Amino acid sequence: MDALLLHPTTIGGKLLLMVLAIALFALIMGLVLFMSQLPKRLPSWVTALIFLFPALALVCFGLIYPALVTIKNSFFDETSTGFVGVANFATVLTDAEFLTTLRNTLAWVVLVPLVSTGIGLIYAVLVDRAKVEKVAKTLIFMPMAISMVGASIIWKFVYDNRVGALSRLYVTVAGWFGVEDATAPQWLMDAPWNTFFLMVVMIWIQAGFAMTVLSASIKAIPDDIIEAGRLDGLTGVKLFRYVTVPMIRPSLVVVMTTVAMTALKAFDIVRTMQGGFYHASVVANDFYTESFNNHNKGVGAALAVLLFVIVVPVIAYNVNQLRKAEDIR
Amino acid sequence: MKRSIGSSAIAIGLGLALAVSMAACGNNDKDKDNTGASKGGGDTKADCAAYEQYGDLSGKSISVYTTFVDVEGASYEESFKPFEECTGAEIKYEGSKSLTADVLGRIEAGAVADIVAFPQPGLLQQAVATGKVLEAPGAVATNVDQYWTASWRDYGSVDGKLYAAPLGASVKSLVWYSPDAFAQAGYSVPETWDDLLALTSQIVEDGVAKPWCAGIADGDATGWVATDWVEDMVLRSAGPEVYDQWVSHVIPFNDAKIVGSLTEMSKILRDDKNVNAGIGDIKSIAATSWTDAGTPILDGQCFLHRQASFYGGNFADEGASVAEGGDVWAFYLPSNDPSRKPILGGGDFVAAFADRPEVVAFQTFLSSPEWANAKAKVTEGGWTTANNGLEKGNLKSPVDQLAFGLLSDPSAEFRFDGSDLMPASVGSDAFWKQMTAYFAEGKSEQAVADAIEAAWPK
Amino acid sequence: MSGLAAPAESGIRGTGPGNGGRGARSGRPGGGDRAAAAKRRLTSPWASAIAVAIGLVWSVPTFGLLVTSFRGSVKDIRTTGWWEALNPSNWGGFSLDHYRTVLSGSGTANLADYFINSIVMTLPAVIIPIFLALLAAYAFAWLDFKGSNILFVGIFALQVVPIQVAMVPLLTQYVNLGLNASFWVLWLSHAMFGLPLAIFLLHNFMKDIPRSLVEAARVDGAGHVTIFFRIILPLMVPAIASFAIFQFLWVWNDLLVALAFGGNTPDLAPITARLADMAGSLGAKWHLLSAGAFVSMIVPVAVFLGLQRYFVRGLLAGSVKG
Repeated sequence: MDALLLHPTTIGGKLLLMVLAIALFALIMGLVLFMSQLPKRLPSWVTALIFLFPALALVCFGLIYPALVTIKNSFFDETSTGFVGVANFATVLTDAEFLTTLRNTLAWVVLVPLVSTGIGLIYAVLVDRAKVEKVAKTLIFMPMAISMVGASIIWKFVYDNRVGALSRLYVTVAGWFGVEDATAPQWLMDAPWNTFFLMVVMIWIQAGFAMTVLSASIKAIPDDIIEAGRLDGLTGVKLFRYVTVPMIRPSLVVVMTTVAMTALKAFDIVRTMQGGFYHASVVANDFYTESFNNHNKGVGAALAVLLFVIVVPVIAYNVNQLRKAEDIR
Repeated sequence: MKRSIGSSAIAIGLGLALAVSMAACGNNDKDKDNTGASKGGGDTKADCAAYEQYGDLSGKSISVYTTFVDVEGASYEESFKPFEECTGAEIKYEGSKSLTADVLGRIEAGAVADIVAFPQPGLLQQAVATGKVLEAPGAVATNVDQYWTASWRDYGSVDGKLYAAPLGASVKSLVWYSPDAFAQAGYSVPETWDDLLALTSQIVEDGVAKPWCAGIADGDATGWVATDWVEDMVLRSAGPEVYDQWVSHVIPFNDAKIVGSLTEMSKILRDDKNVNAGIGDIKSIAATSWTDAGTPILDGQCFLHRQASFYGGNFADEGASVAEGGDVWAFYLPSNDPSRKPILGGGDFVAAFADRPEVVAFQTFLSSPEWANAKAKVTEGGWTTANNGLEKGNLKSPVDQLAFGLLSDPSAEFRFDGSDLMPASVGSDAFWKQMTAYFAEGKSEQAVADAIEAAWPK
Repeated sequence: MSGLAAPAESGIRGTGPGNGGRGARSGRPGGGDRAAAAKRRLTSPWASAIAVAIGLVWSVPTFGLLVTSFRGSVKDIRTTGWWEALNPSNWGGFSLDHYRTVLSGSGTANLADYFINSIVMTLPAVIIPIFLALLAAYAFAWLDFKGSNILFVGIFALQVVPIQVAMVPLLTQYVNLGLNASFWVLWLSHAMFGLPLAIFLLHNFMKDIPRSLVEAARVDGAGHVTIFFRIILPLMVPAIASFAIFQFLWVWNDLLVALAFGGNTPDLAPITARLADMAGSLGAKWHLLSAGAFVSMIVPVAVFLGLQRYFVRGLLAGSVKG
């Protein structure tokens, strides 16, 4: 039984278990739908609970419970054994470097979603229905398909002082302006610009996400609405501004929110590319360093709690959007 | 609609098939490699006499968790073969580079392996503090006393109790150079620190190339190379006794002797005349990957590079022969006091989380000369140990032999890499960060030391 | 329909990716000359120039890595830029060596094992959250119950919980359940971490399905099951495909969850773990990593191309008309 259901070692065993797992959850889904219809008139909250139960159970187990443990740990010492009050938060907030880290984090949360959504949107509109659409979209999508390790090497060959394409471009352009023997700056070392060069990597990755989701929404705009816009004399940029953008507004909110969340949590770019040195760290990177490098659970948890706090405005914005949508319905 | 499902399924299927077939042909290549490896490993399948003490362990299995992956990990697994064949036990090996991040969590969750090889004594101490690490069994303690020096036993102990036997080791007090380039320029290997400084000035004067190359970048571990430099300098300019006090925080990090050692180091590394061969200025030391930093020696762009014994593999990757008369070789980083020979090094320590008989047997095996010799025979290079039961001739690579010679030299005073002994928030955080700032921002020696002292846990 | 020309405050505000219903109901004959419209779009040379420029900037870095992965000399990779290799006089330097090394691997397990592990790990980890999120999104979008909005926002806000904080608490529970180091914990973990985004994304698309469609079905006496399968599911295909591709990428490229919950053993570890190991225990071997990055990219790109047709169509508009 163990080899069949828990630890298969053969390829066939693994594939069989995979099929079993998918079947199990299909069964759960079927059961939920079946139960929702059993007695004809259930109170609506009971029906809702039946639909929500499997997802809520997993989310409680995997996210809410750990989040609560983290909040608890943020008031305890490095091994989570002694209560220390708000000392961990004091440690974090009085660190001279923390203000810089916070500033960088805010830059990430605001700029990365704006720029990657903007580029993703423009590109989705520009290549929509073009002959080479598939190829063009794959080009932008590619960065998403590359693993983090892959992405960090790719950008090493852009930013490196000797073998990086950007450094070479810099030297060449300097040459055009008559500057001989120019040396390119250390892109990832000089604050505060290094934060922007790191954000470029994230934007490069996330634009593919934005482009894919937004392109799907653009395709869903009925032709007659576009036609109507045209009949009203709208073309080009105006059509985009007054018809396309309002039509895909909810998707824009989804994309921006998701990218903002990702940017807030992301530390792997900063970490693998330059370790969060040179005043380019972000809160998530500090959280990782404290928790898994310094093994200081208390301070690590306090930083995670700060991440939860930073996200409040993003949530508020979404609640607002949700209300507006309700009003329209 | 149906057609579209079909064709997209084909697209996915093609992708999978392509990838699987690539994996499959890779598989064939690998079988060839394996035959090669098992030929080499054949002679380790010696007699089982030395293994009789462990008894019959058929049907038992022992799980092992280390930081060694890929080729290195394979050589560890290979070195366990004699034990598996003679006792019948099965070793379940897991190597992961994220061990240092994951191991304390695994201990807390109760999901840790029977045996864990800790790469840092500081991490071992934190693990012991959880109360889950078992004290080393008697047979292991006997082996450690017999085959290792007292300082190695101390590094595997917490509060005087031995928890972990040493496993592998590396020597960090080495300076790499090209014997050919030295011969052509008429340089000789320096015998004292002052000789080394004089040689540095001589090379600057001759002007063929910069004397030194250096690089400390390593992603989120950037800076560790510089901390090794500092430790070597403290050992040399302040002495091993001060080193011990410094590492255990009996004297503060910003003690005048430590700042003095940093200043001594600046004579070489913070002088644009001396660095940074073919790469750039002082600042470029912070940006250059440590793996790339020493190889300019091969191109004749620099003469000297201080790095550990395991760096030999990076030269070999570029096709250079690493041997006394080869393309590149290393000498001991000398001190000014001829009566003392401090050696900076690193290593791993094996602790157990279970005391089943087979685990004790395997733990004992790992601390024995049988294992050390078996490991040496299946390792191409980049591994050595301080286990003096090892026969030097079993080590295949000359630089490993050089390192083992230094480790087993009775006049040498071994000291463990200090940043691995300090609390993690200093040894693998503040110390790294400040040394990076020392190169990248030109931060003064005093300011660097003050900032690290401020980060020491109260 | 003249209101359409007005700015965002007009009636079409707040309509979403699927909300073609209103336009379709207006009775205006759909279509027009699609091809002509498409041509008009890209006639502006500026528009084309911008598209080409973005496409170039986005692919040049990846192209650099592709070139690097074929450069035979490790020393060249370290000392000269990849563009030097494009110079015809340097073409002799290209070789397949790094790919050969990556594919042959070393150690006790072969690459195919890891490949199978990746597939076994990824498929359920993509499908399970879709199943569960569809049910949850249906409840949020079509069932009126107290606290619905608060609960929805709560789930969506959980996206911010970093996976890392969940590791020790979750691992402890898995050990208690005896599931530790099995595929089950990988599937469950990925499903949990993917659910907030799945519910958020699917709900946002689902709530834009015209209410009239669902109401009409209810009047006809359709139950939840009928509405779910007959109306909702077909209209959700593009949204499901969008989520599926991103969850696929996330799981396929994941290293963290696999190492933390599964462990780096040939029985469980995915191909990303194998490729990360390839760089050796010490330092980065860029020549191998660059080849490895492309090997592991094949499947995600194939999946993207395969699924692309599901989100390029205005499925909703069509179905309403039909």
